[in-house]
Amino acid sequence: MKVSLSKIRIAKANAASGLLVALLAFSVFVSTPSARADTVYTPEPDNAATAPQAQPTSLPALLSELVEADYDRKAEIANLLAESGNPRALAIIEALADGLLFSRADGTVVLQPQENVQVYVDPLTAAPVSGVTDADLSKIEVNNRLRRSLRSLSSRLSLTSPDASVRRAAAADAFASHDEESLPAIETALAKEPEAGIRKVLGEARASILLQSETSSEADKLAAIETLRERGDQDALSLLIGAATTDDKAVVDAANKAVASVQSSLAYWNQLQNIYYGLSLGSVLLLAAIGLAITFGVMGVINMAHGEMIMLGAYTTFVVQQLVATYAPGAMSWALPISVPAAFIVAGGAGVLIERSIIRFLYGRPLETLLATWGVSLVLQQAVRSVFGPTNKPVSAPAWMSGSFDVGHLSITFSRLTIIIFAMGVLFALMAFLKYTHFGLQMRAVTQNRKMASAMGVRTNWVDALTFGLGSGVAGIAGVALSQIDNVSPNLGQSYIIDSFMVVVFGGVGNLWGTLVGAMTLGVANKFLEPFAGAVVGKILVLVFIILFIQRRPRGLFALKGRSVEA
Amino acid sequence: MNDLRKLLFGNLSTGLYAVLLAAAIVVPFFNLVVPASWPIHISTFMVGLLGKYICYALLALALDLVWGYCGILSLGHGAFFALGGYAMGMYLMRMIGPRGVYGDPILPDFMVFLNWKELPWYWHGFDHFSFAMLMVVLVPGLLAFVFGSLAFRSRVTGVYFSIITQAMTFALLLAFFRNDMGFGGNNGLTDFKEILGLDVQKETTRNILFVASLAALAGGYAICRAIVTSKLGKVLIAVRDAENRTRFLGYRVERYKLFVWVVSACLAGIAGALYVPQVGIINPSEFAPASSIEAVIWVAIGGRGTLVGAILGALLVNGFKSWFTGFLPELWLFALGALFIFSTLFLPQGILGALLYRRQKKGATLPPPGEADAIAPEPPVEDEQQAKLQRAGA
Repeated sequence: MKVSLSKIRIAKANAASGLLVALLAFSVFVSTPSARADTVYTPEPDNAATAPQAQPTSLPALLSELVEADYDRKAEIANLLAESGNPRALAIIEALADGLLFSRADGTVVLQPQENVQVYVDPLTAAPVSGVTDADLSKIEVNNRLRRSLRSLSSRLSLTSPDASVRRAAAADAFASHDEESLPAIETALAKEPEAGIRKVLGEARASILLQSETSSEADKLAAIETLRERGDQDALSLLIGAATTDDKAVVDAANKAVASVQSSLAYWNQLQNIYYGLSLGSVLLLAAIGLAITFGVMGVINMAHGEMIMLGAYTTFVVQQLVATYAPGAMSWALPISVPAAFIVAGGAGVLIERSIIRFLYGRPLETLLATWGVSLVLQQAVRSVFGPTNKPVSAPAWMSGSFDVGHLSITFSRLTIIIFAMGVLFALMAFLKYTHFGLQMRAVTQNRKMASAMGVRTNWVDALTFGLGSGVAGIAGVALSQIDNVSPNLGQSYIIDSFMVVVFGGVGNLWGTLVGAMTLGVANKFLEPFAGAVVGKILVLVFIILFIQRRPRGLFALKGRSVEA
Repeated sequence: MNDLRKLLFGNLSTGLYAVLLAAAIVVPFFNLVVPASWPIHISTFMVGLLGKYICYALLALALDLVWGYCGILSLGHGAFFALGGYAMGMYLMRMIGPRGVYGDPILPDFMVFLNWKELPWYWHGFDHFSFAMLMVVLVPGLLAFVFGSLAFRSRVTGVYFSIITQAMTFALLLAFFRNDMGFGGNNGLTDFKEILGLDVQKETTRNILFVASLAALAGGYAICRAIVTSKLGKVLIAVRDAENRTRFLGYRVERYKLFVWVVSACLAGIAGALYVPQVGIINPSEFAPASSIEAVIWVAIGGRGTLVGAILGALLVNGFKSWFTGFLPELWLFALGALFIFSTLFLPQGILGALLYRRQKKGATLPPPGEADAIAPEPPVEDEQQAKLQRAGA
């Protein structure tokens, strides 16, 4: 089969080459008269070049001329447009380069602002043009050479655009492309640029071009190396490494020095990035463990269904999102904030129910509580699986959580930052709640001396139930955050339960500060081990470390001291 | 002499030995001798299933020894079970020889698949049955010794101990999932061909394995019984009910604990080793914390601190599971979860404990629950009760 196919291809190729030879012969035959014709008539280009000087054309006239002009004339028109200083010039030139500028049957020109979206505007006023059909339009053609000159024109234009954000993006583009042809444009822009930040990027773009150029002087190159060293990121590093292979000794020395300095500063930033990732993982652990720090740490209840409380919170987020999407699609960005109290109520309610129906019969019997709550967790998992199905549920992130910004060479994504801030917020709100509210006072009283609190009129039964509800509710809130970074499935809780216990036990039972330090330490340790050992071995090492740590300090990092230990 | 008789022929014990002996005769008879067309024929599949239950029962027995008599709740006994299973699995892999898919005379299939050139050092020696059997006991025993001596010396007790045992089995789960470990990764070890020259798929081999499991269970029971009825056993119960008091009385609590802990781990390893050839596969999911906790519930249902109850619980729960998942597989987790909740709330002493308690109700009453150390498990089985337990057996 293969052989026969290739034979057919060869046969086709033979036929094609025969055709080509014939065509060539024919073109030689016809080209002679046409060449002669050129010499007879006055050449077109000359005529066209003189035209603009003769009549200072208005922009609409230039645009309509664009329809019929040849490629050279199109380039000139683009130049004229650029020099006109019209704010729409940039958009028109870019549209022309992208093939989004069309002429209609009546000779007018329209611009399609977005590819594949059938909306057309007037190029100069940006006012929408209605009643445009596909059949009505013909694209204003460009070739590769013209497209290239249009691109450099547009980058030059955007470098001097009145809009600072356009200028900033253009400067970054110029650095990334380091195209020698755009050097004059960059230098012009550099002279005019009012903003220091953009001037810096422009200077770096200029440096990157000068460093690679054959013609620039040694002094220019040395200055360029210095500029790039100050920039100090991965891109600058690769440019500098490239410069270190040239012939000029002074340049090579300077480049090598700069490479070493950039590498050490990058290594430093890399550590910072690791710490940041570690804190982000740590705050996930903190969120997962914080509820457990209340149920296990304060009440001493081993709640193996804690992970399922997190799962309930995540599913509440899913349900709230579905409801908002159905009944108030305009408020989608509010779905996540609404989910927080909703998840607290759902998971907290489930917690109170579990405490009243099961756990209260098992106080003082921690190992049995462990088994009973494990049973609860199995039932909850299966219940969620029966209601929502075993597959992952999609939970979308609101728009304000996407995107990132840079601090130095640190890239900080809004989603991670939101989770860190959220975790801290939950922790401190909880601490304040325990310290300053009446219920918090009662809760601490019952923890410290149940009988005495009871004698003082505290309804210890209800404090127990509400404390357990509080811990479960906080786990539900954690579920809202975790739904953003993990799969919302019936098994969601299972993956967090062991980690949560590790954090609480490591940090020290009954101490929220301990939970904070424990979570952050484990998060950062995990992220620092990952590059050397890989994710799985890193996790195993952390587990082994905790097992050994508990041998040294059986009560965790921040152990309670005094009589309450024995209680 | 009298003690020996009491040890071996206490009422419950006699019953257990009799049942095990009867099963060892009856099951192979109905499988091998009775023709398959007869309705009373026991299929080979059923023999394997029963064998599996017996292995679970041995695991439950091991767990009851530490939990019921010493108050150490292990949520990681599945790790010892699985390690014993892996040791047996490695022997069985070596016995495949050139019959694997890739036909390599030395390397198991998964190593050929991963482009390994030679056998890792820890696989050497597993082609000898006796060495493999030694490892079945030694590897879990050694892990338990190291883990236990660290934990008990630094007095990690109660739920803390439970949680770190869970972390231990979780860490092993993660480790065995890795292909680089050289234990077949996710797929584990499977495709076994023969054990001691016998075809593992054959009926006679199945029956031999079944009888061997029964013998191991009987032997394990005798060992546990000997431990708990000795003076050592009394110290263990004292540790369970009031650890600090026992320590202040001059006993080296950590040594007693370490001893039963290691014995229990070895028994679990043996259970795992017998489990693997009957099930035909061992993979990392045996390390999952969930399976270890499930084993705990067998003991809780049957009645902890009774030994026979643990065996009973393992058989009942697993039989129930097979029956239930046969027609309502999607609801099994509901049933299992309910079983956990029900048994802790309404059957704190398990089935056997409840039966004995009913009998005793007319005469003596049990001490009220919850008076012992907070970390001790519930039924304070004390000496008198121990005696009553023996008297009460059928």
